[in-house]
Amino acid sequence: MYLPKLEQFHKYKEMDEGVLGLFETPEAIIHAAEKAKEKDYKGFDCILPYPVHGIDEAMGTPRSGLPWVTFFAGIFGCTIGILFQYLTHAHDWPLNISGKSLNAWFAYVPIIFELTVFSAGIYTVAALCFLSGIPKATRRILHPDLTSHRFGLWIPKSAKGYNESEVLSFVKGLGGAEVTVVKPENQK
Amino acid sequence: MSLTQAVRDKLDIPDLVTGGKSLKDVTVDIAKPNEDFPTKLWWNTFLLVLTITLIDVAIIGYLFYEGLYLLGINNPVGWGFFVVNFVFWIGIGHAGTLISAVLFLFRQGWRTGINRAAEAMTIFAVLVAASNLILHVGRPWLGFWLFPYPNERGPLWVNFRSPLIWDTFAVSTYLSISMVFWYLGLIPDLATLRDRATETWRKNLYNVLSFGWVGSARSWSHLEIVSMILAALSTPLVLSVHTIVSFDFAVSILPGWHTTIFPPYFVAGAIFSGFAMVVTLMVIAREVFNLKNYITMKHLDNMNKIMMVTGLIVGLAYGTEFFIAWYSGNEYEVFAFWNRAFGPYGWAYFIMISCNVLSPQVFWFRKLRYNIPVMFVASLVVNVGMWFERFVIMMTLNRDFLPSSWAMYTPTLFDYAMLIGTFGIFFTLFLLWCRIMPVIAIAEVKTVMPQKEGAHH
Repeated sequence: MYLPKLEQFHKYKEMDEGVLGLFETPEAIIHAAEKAKEKDYKGFDCILPYPVHGIDEAMGTPRSGLPWVTFFAGIFGCTIGILFQYLTHAHDWPLNISGKSLNAWFAYVPIIFELTVFSAGIYTVAALCFLSGIPKATRRILHPDLTSHRFGLWIPKSAKGYNESEVLSFVKGLGGAEVTVVKPENQK
Repeated sequence: MSLTQAVRDKLDIPDLVTGGKSLKDVTVDIAKPNEDFPTKLWWNTFLLVLTITLIDVAIIGYLFYEGLYLLGINNPVGWGFFVVNFVFWIGIGHAGTLISAVLFLFRQGWRTGINRAAEAMTIFAVLVAASNLILHVGRPWLGFWLFPYPNERGPLWVNFRSPLIWDTFAVSTYLSISMVFWYLGLIPDLATLRDRATETWRKNLYNVLSFGWVGSARSWSHLEIVSMILAALSTPLVLSVHTIVSFDFAVSILPGWHTTIFPPYFVAGAIFSGFAMVVTLMVIAREVFNLKNYITMKHLDNMNKIMMVTGLIVGLAYGTEFFIAWYSGNEYEVFAFWNRAFGPYGWAYFIMISCNVLSPQVFWFRKLRYNIPVMFVASLVVNVGMWFERFVIMMTLNRDFLPSSWAMYTPTLFDYAMLIGTFGIFFTLFLLWCRIMPVIAIAEVKTVMPQKEGAHH
């Protein structure tokens, strides 16, 4: 049976201290991610201007587990839809309209459907915001080009086996055009 | 040259982004209208539609104060322009969701050029539609009675078996899911604008709007999945909203309304009018914002084809309605349709037929599908026709079962003012939006670009 795994709910980690390498093409960043995975820098990340296909495999990130949230939120909304309409119409305020059944559930279907879709959508997006750490107004932007046309490889200080000079030469060796050491104190 | 590119060239598949743009060019081109000072044209148009909106708001206030007797509605024609406008605008909204959701699920790369504007169009159209829905109840300040909530009037609940309540749920769900879908796609693009901003106030504004998006691959991986989920959720939502709108009519037992064809007929009409509106807006936007490399003739061609197909579906529906009315042998049903075409509102019926069924037929010819003035006029004509379709449906009420209660519906100046006002509100919101947010999905366009060194898809 296919069950959700905790690592599918991978969270975004703040970028405070570490090494940032800038790359020019999607191929270069995929290559860099593969190498960083080989080196086993746990917790490294790539910063991309658009979703590059193949980056998840290269980084070894498992597929997002958010569909599970959608599934359970949908069931939740559906249940609320059924119960709410039943309780109000058949129990709390029964109205006999031309002798029809108090629990005429066919008429409940539109609202059950809408509530299912509504809660499935909203809870999934809430979960996405939680995992991506948004909204947050005071976020450090490592390089302005990263949301436009360049690709970043980020190896944080917290990564296993982090050694500044070693990481620096590793990223330079991958062909990073611009490699910088990021420290919390030189934050703008 | 990559393999994909070679195959595309061989098959003569046009590029979705023309002009040999680089990733940086895309950002610069699309962000330009947001960063430059607005042009004179923008200001003039904006002031015009803003004036219309303000006049409309004043008239709405007067309607609140005086009541609905100012309108042309009477007995038996109790619905009038408000419901015509409501159905018309909610229909306009559908193309946006269709482009962003259905074409997404079908992996149609060409949607990326137009989806953002179409989604924005959806939201503004649904807002306009919802305002008409609230106003038509007559005492709009009691509009919150439509929502089920524990109240002080005893154990009194809304009637969940009523199509009006279904509408409330359907429209509010549609609005919220569309908004979330649209905004989620905007977040990375707003982050792009934030990082490009030079002035502090601009940077702060986009920093707040972009929610602090960084572009981490982990976040992208979640975002892509969520986009897919929302697309999969909105697809049945598109169908459900207009189906439920059609239930407003079909659940009644009036001849001409009480038919099973109403849900698919309404949905097809909605897609038809929505695509017409997208074509109208895109033809203007690509000209004004200089986006011809992103909204190419191929995009417009595809939309014209969809318009033609949905136009044929709508035409089939008109024919089916007539045939079934005759075939049912129900004399009231036969009369209702005879009255539609040859009764006092027959002129509206023939406007509807010529605009909706005949005018899209020009798109059989490739030359005309690629002709900007032709498609612009056709899209306007289709929108007029679709407004009249809803008008014709509404006017079924003017001759009901009893000839003694027959009455004509004559719109008053207030009716016309409300109709023009809806366009004012819609275009005011749309123009404001074009100023502060990118009209094209920057990040998504980049995923379908022909890239030099062999793209990874």
